[in-house]
Amino acid sequence: MTTTTERPTAAPESTGGTPMVDRAEGWRRRAPLLPALVFTIIVTQIPFILTLYYSLQSWNLVRPGSQEFVWFANYGDVFADSQFRTVALNTVIMTLGSVLIAVVLGLLLALLLNRQFAGRGVVRTLLITPFLITPVAAALLWKTVLLDPTLGLINFVLTPFGGSGTEWISNYPLASVMAALIWQWTPFMMLLLLAGLQSMPTDQLEAARVDGASAWSTFRELTLPHLRRFIELGVVLGTIYLVNIFDQVYMMTQGGPGVASANLPFYIYQRAFLGFDIGQSAAMGVVVVILTLIAANFALRLIFKSFSGEQEAA
Amino acid sequence: MAITTSTPPDTQEPAAPPEPRRQKRSAANVWLGVIAWVVGIAFFFPVFWMVLTSFKQETDAYTTTPKIIFEPTLEQYEGVFSAGVGPYLVNSLIATVFSTLLVLLLGIPAAFAVSLRPVKKTQDVLFFFISTKMLPVVAVIVPIYVVVNQIGMLDNIWTLVVLYTGMNLPIAVWMMRSFFLEVPGELLEQASIDGAPLWRTLREIVLPIISPGIFATALICVIFAWNEFFFAVNLTAANAGTMPVFLVGFITSEGLYWAQLSAAATLAALPVILAGWVAQNKLVQGLSFGAVK
Repeated sequence: MTTTTERPTAAPESTGGTPMVDRAEGWRRRAPLLPALVFTIIVTQIPFILTLYYSLQSWNLVRPGSQEFVWFANYGDVFADSQFRTVALNTVIMTLGSVLIAVVLGLLLALLLNRQFAGRGVVRTLLITPFLITPVAAALLWKTVLLDPTLGLINFVLTPFGGSGTEWISNYPLASVMAALIWQWTPFMMLLLLAGLQSMPTDQLEAARVDGASAWSTFRELTLPHLRRFIELGVVLGTIYLVNIFDQVYMMTQGGPGVASANLPFYIYQRAFLGFDIGQSAAMGVVVVILTLIAANFALRLIFKSFSGEQEAA
Repeated sequence: MAITTSTPPDTQEPAAPPEPRRQKRSAANVWLGVIAWVVGIAFFFPVFWMVLTSFKQETDAYTTTPKIIFEPTLEQYEGVFSAGVGPYLVNSLIATVFSTLLVLLLGIPAAFAVSLRPVKKTQDVLFFFISTKMLPVVAVIVPIYVVVNQIGMLDNIWTLVVLYTGMNLPIAVWMMRSFFLEVPGELLEQASIDGAPLWRTLREIVLPIISPGIFATALICVIFAWNEFFFAVNLTAANAGTMPVFLVGFITSEGLYWAQLSAAATLAALPVILAGWVAQNKLVQGLSFGAVK
């Protein structure tokens, strides 16, 4: 078993509950859920409803009494803002680019780690460390120790190849941030895909070996189809987590130069906490939610499709 | 299947049976093993370098040719503490420990309700929980700031405790649900036939089985809460700032003192690195909402 997603239907029967649960019993069973549910609604949903409300107002904190209802004017301003469009594009590049590269690298590492060799556990522990390190500290490491033009390790390593003195962060701000993100997220993808590889039925692989199939064709025809669901899951989870990235942008580039490396979270932060424009930043927040919902919906569909595909094959 | 069963190196696993026709394969395996080691060290190196630099003098840290041999010193750590890291460490501890406890307090009963004794609509609630993780934090930060400001809770560590609880609760419920589902149904049936009250069933039968899972869940909540920066930087200042906030302030006030900065970064990162090493087998399960074991 690698997933629990098919199990909920089985769970009620296994606990011995009769299908017709009377009302009092139903509430007794639901009661333990309520505190968590109420808490989550208060902390996440009420602020979001307020965001919707604020997004319809013109309201700047530095001008007291400026609060007034303007309907959808903020949304018009947001879409007319050419910087916003640049930043939205940056967000897509940063998120999808980092996720896809991390998945490919993670797959290669997972294939390496799925073999027997001395000290495999140690190597895995070394590999996951970048994922654990505090993002602010990681961004700091990249900005100074790795990417500094004169003292950074990367330019030191590149010196023999004639690559010294490159000002990575000023010349390639978006790519620099993405490098830090990929360094942190490749380990997670590796762990996820390693779990996928280790859930493969060994008898299939054994049969392929007995049949004399080449390693490449075994990989393409058995391993990759089996991993497909895990790869998709990695893309979806990576997207959900990385679309919210803030720390690395804040620490490494402050979104600059201009908005060259700003993503939506950072841009909204600038508008709200440096520009004090509550109405517009709320409107941008709503736009981000709508974009995320579209992406998540698309992604979930993909996952469900692959789930049903696998069940037919099984 | 779980990724592997034990935390320490997996070298104790039985090696492949020695067959003559595997000779070529094993030679390739050795080389791939070497490559894996090289890549592993490359990924780890920046972290190693950070820790190493934290024991250097500034003059040893600030060189065009990186120094590996140097006289180690604790001076930088003393510097970080005299720069006032203490309160920030305490804030991080409070935010992490109390939010994690609150997550367990709310999450364990919830996970129990949605997994072992589900009724209609509990599936909807489960999906509601996961959907809150798809709500970008930036979409709620503005009203949270406004409300927190109005009730006078800005720069208060308990504000972060509440927000971190909300942030981790959905992950914890999903993760613990996947552990609860592993509890054999017969055990529960037996308990309900014996007429044991719900609370005793939970405490005496279920909790001992899933306690390793709860421990792993707690560690993952600890990692997320400790590393969180966005809420902390927007809602706290001198009183309730956490370690990441300290790091940021440290840069702007100290400029480019790499050795001291490395010491501060090491202090900030070390607790979660250790927690993560312990929880590494459950990391994927936590971040995939229990979808992958």
